[in-house]
Amino acid sequence: MTDWEAVIGIETHVELQTKSKMFCGCAVNFGAEPNTTVCPVCLALPGALPVPNHEAIEGILRIGAAFGCELVEDSLFHRKNYFYPDLPKNYQISQYDVPLCINGHLDIDVEGDEVTIGITRVHMEEDTGKSIHSSDSGRIHGADYSLLDFNRSGVPLVEIVSEPDIHSPEQAREYAAELQRVVRTLGVSDVRLEEGSVRFDANISVRPVGQKEFGTRAEVKNMNSLRSLQRAVAFEIERQIGVLEAGGVIVLETRHWDEGTGTTSSMRSKEESADYRYFQEPDLVPLHVDDAWRKRVFASLPELPAARRSRLVASGIDHQAAATLGEVADLAALFDAAVELGADGTAVANWLTGDVVAYLRRNEVELEETSLAPEHLCELAGMVADATLSSTAAKDVLGYVLAGEGTPAQVAAAHDLSQISDAGALEAEVDRVLAGNPDVLEKLRQGDMKPIGFVVGQVMKATRGKADPQLVSDLIRSKAGAS
Amino acid sequence: MSDLADLSIAEARDGLRKGDFSAVDLTNAAIYRAAVTESHLHAYLTLDQEGARDAARKADADLADGVDHGPLQGIPLAVKDNMTTRGIETTAGSKILSGYVPPYNATIIDKLHDGGAVLMGKTNLDEFAMGSSTENSAFGPTRNPWNTDRVPGGSSGGSAAAVSVGSAFGAFGSDTGGSIRQPASLCGLVGVKPTYGLVSRYGLIAFASSLDQIGPFARSVRDAATLLESVAGFDIRDATSYRGERPAISSHLDAGVKGMKIGIVAELTGEGIDAEVNDACRAMYNKLSDAGAELVEMSLPATEYALSAYYLIAPAEASANLARFDGVRYGLRVDGETTEDMMSKTRAEGFGPEVIRRILLGTYALSAGYYDAFYGQAQKVRTLLRNDFASAYEKVDALVSPTSPTTAFAIGEKTADPLSMYLSDVCTIASNLGGDPSGSVPIGLDGDGLPIGFQVMAPALHEAQLFRLAAEVERLAGFDARPALATSEVKPA
Repeated sequence: MTDWEAVIGIETHVELQTKSKMFCGCAVNFGAEPNTTVCPVCLALPGALPVPNHEAIEGILRIGAAFGCELVEDSLFHRKNYFYPDLPKNYQISQYDVPLCINGHLDIDVEGDEVTIGITRVHMEEDTGKSIHSSDSGRIHGADYSLLDFNRSGVPLVEIVSEPDIHSPEQAREYAAELQRVVRTLGVSDVRLEEGSVRFDANISVRPVGQKEFGTRAEVKNMNSLRSLQRAVAFEIERQIGVLEAGGVIVLETRHWDEGTGTTSSMRSKEESADYRYFQEPDLVPLHVDDAWRKRVFASLPELPAARRSRLVASGIDHQAAATLGEVADLAALFDAAVELGADGTAVANWLTGDVVAYLRRNEVELEETSLAPEHLCELAGMVADATLSSTAAKDVLGYVLAGEGTPAQVAAAHDLSQISDAGALEAEVDRVLAGNPDVLEKLRQGDMKPIGFVVGQVMKATRGKADPQLVSDLIRSKAGAS
Repeated sequence: MSDLADLSIAEARDGLRKGDFSAVDLTNAAIYRAAVTESHLHAYLTLDQEGARDAARKADADLADGVDHGPLQGIPLAVKDNMTTRGIETTAGSKILSGYVPPYNATIIDKLHDGGAVLMGKTNLDEFAMGSSTENSAFGPTRNPWNTDRVPGGSSGGSAAAVSVGSAFGAFGSDTGGSIRQPASLCGLVGVKPTYGLVSRYGLIAFASSLDQIGPFARSVRDAATLLESVAGFDIRDATSYRGERPAISSHLDAGVKGMKIGIVAELTGEGIDAEVNDACRAMYNKLSDAGAELVEMSLPATEYALSAYYLIAPAEASANLARFDGVRYGLRVDGETTEDMMSKTRAEGFGPEVIRRILLGTYALSAGYYDAFYGQAQKVRTLLRNDFASAYEKVDALVSPTSPTTAFAIGEKTADPLSMYLSDVCTIASNLGGDPSGSVPIGLDGDGLPIGFQVMAPALHEAQLFRLAAEVERLAGFDARPALATSEVKPA
């Protein structure tokens, strides 16, 4: 039996969320009515000319810099020629042999294995319009007519091409996930797979372990989630191994991932695919990025997810929480600010990555839409530390604060959530529970302390979580021993 | 008494301000001239009489209010029909754009409006500016005002014929390989292709983007300078537009050529050039020398390959530029079984044979496996040619040659033989590949009474130098002939 090695490279397309399109002044607005954010340039009316968008160039430079790329001083735009109805010029302005960013890398961590994935290039191009086919399937086959929406035509698109350094479905997924985190941290795109603002295509081949030459690759498209990327890569690796072990050959082709069947199928052979007849775009001059601009881009980079994770782990936060904080820039910023104010890092990390994330997801809101401030987290941590709040009550308080009801002290008072640390009041509750459960009391008296948790729970329930659990536990022990 | 339609722009400008006549008078004179000559010439594809008269009234009203928009205010001008005009059909001479009415103005049109000019209409051209005779127009050829059996040159033949005959006081064309200078030469006019990037291309329907440049046609060097000054300058909508200060243009028109060093392009004398043209140019070299210029023969070796390089680069760019004409969004659509079939049928039906020939040539030159041998090689020639020009301009201030190897040829004479037609551009193409300014000035008539053009060339952005030399050539030639059709006495055909 041959042992096989998978070789995977990923091409990523990221739509930049700039104010205007790549080569004209039309707004980038994905929610607009069809064909309302269009002009002579992005409709390719006769005579119209492209002018590059500075904000988009800044965006791609930030992406390139985040991957440690070399930013090329004079890069070139080329025309990529092919006919398609939603490509109005019937060529796409892209970059070819001299792209803006080259030779970068992205470090990923798959269950403790650190792998460096090379980034061959990051280049600038423009998006196409959208074809809407009248068929039931939404595909052109069987459609009576097709409609065209050019709102997306000319939206800035960044293509990120990895080296074939990826060797497993898990690595492929983590590469994509980490790439999303980085781009999101830079604030240049929301990189949502479901909405198409990021798209991953995987070039996959297999070869016997030890062989240097690459096997024939297939390009797999149409993965709409990280999970489907991982599944598609896994399927395609197995498919190729199966073909080869059965004595077949792999065809150079583009394959379509079907989420429903969990399989890939052939879309078109690469031999049949177009000769794009690339040539330098004569309507644009070489894109000059001077040294000062490049330095400014590198200097302005925010803390990237990997660095943030390392820092958090070094400060004692567990890996899982650090990973979550590393993923979302504004959570991390809130964390940093609260710790700066003196809050306990572990408690704040747990709230943010647990309760806060859950709250945001449940209510479908963004962190910035809530009124949660670092001062609140600091105050909350203080109230737990001095036993004003139980840790259970603290979670409730946090919920009310997120809902905008006030500061932790205000909502704790308003909802009567302060911890009961009055031994007299709690003793009465303990007595009541024990009186209602004579068998439990009997066990405790015989020195079997197992039911103690049950009693604490009952008391907590009766006090709606406000009892100081340590104090309750002490009271129960003394009752058991006293008799 | 001379007809208003025969005035120079400078005379018309002064007369308007003195109150000798109104812009409406000028416009009516040009419209009348068009009315009697169009059936002979077919210079215009669209003659916008109503729009022209409205603009003229506006110009008169502004002048009466003391609002002066500059030297083109109230002057009737024509533009080649490959510049988009909001609300006015713009066809580029192609069936594929027949009936197409753009929703926006080319930058040059906005500038002309801002300058108060009167837009007479849109002039005929070889389809998508591909040709040297205006016979490739989908709407029929334009004829030469000097002899209507002859071509006016091309591709801006309509603009040349209109100015020559007086149905416009000046006009704009586009020049990709000689499409302003060659028709200017064949119609006895001054025509200038400015430095690449000096006039915005926004709204110019592209033929070959790296070569296309808009420029003026006029009956005098001074008028040509005035026209160019009114439209030159940086445009944020054209990324290849020149960003620096606009160079001086008409500052040295009377300076003469004393002390100027002028190179005669060795490769463009003698072989392949008609003897009468050659002789006329030689006579002008001597006159320039007598006027105090120092003339030396200069070799630009790469010129020999310029035509071949041009006929790879221009079609290659055109093959992509014309891809947008697919029947999907505007213009002609011929239905088909599939989208691809529709596109294919639309293009086969909508493009004429010369356009199809160049699209095929350009597609081939860019194809995998052929790119290096054709397009790549042509780009190298272009670099060599630029080096040739650069080293020439280290030694001389300007270069001169004939504009066209022949005077106006007969309609139909070269249509069956594309190569002989391509050779019409042999003298003009190098300036497009180099990006430098270049112009044609009429210096006399041949034995058949057809005009001979003299080409002047200068380094990039040295328009002042170019116009200085052109003005001296104009003085030395003393060319004041007009075609027989340039009179309102002529009867419509």
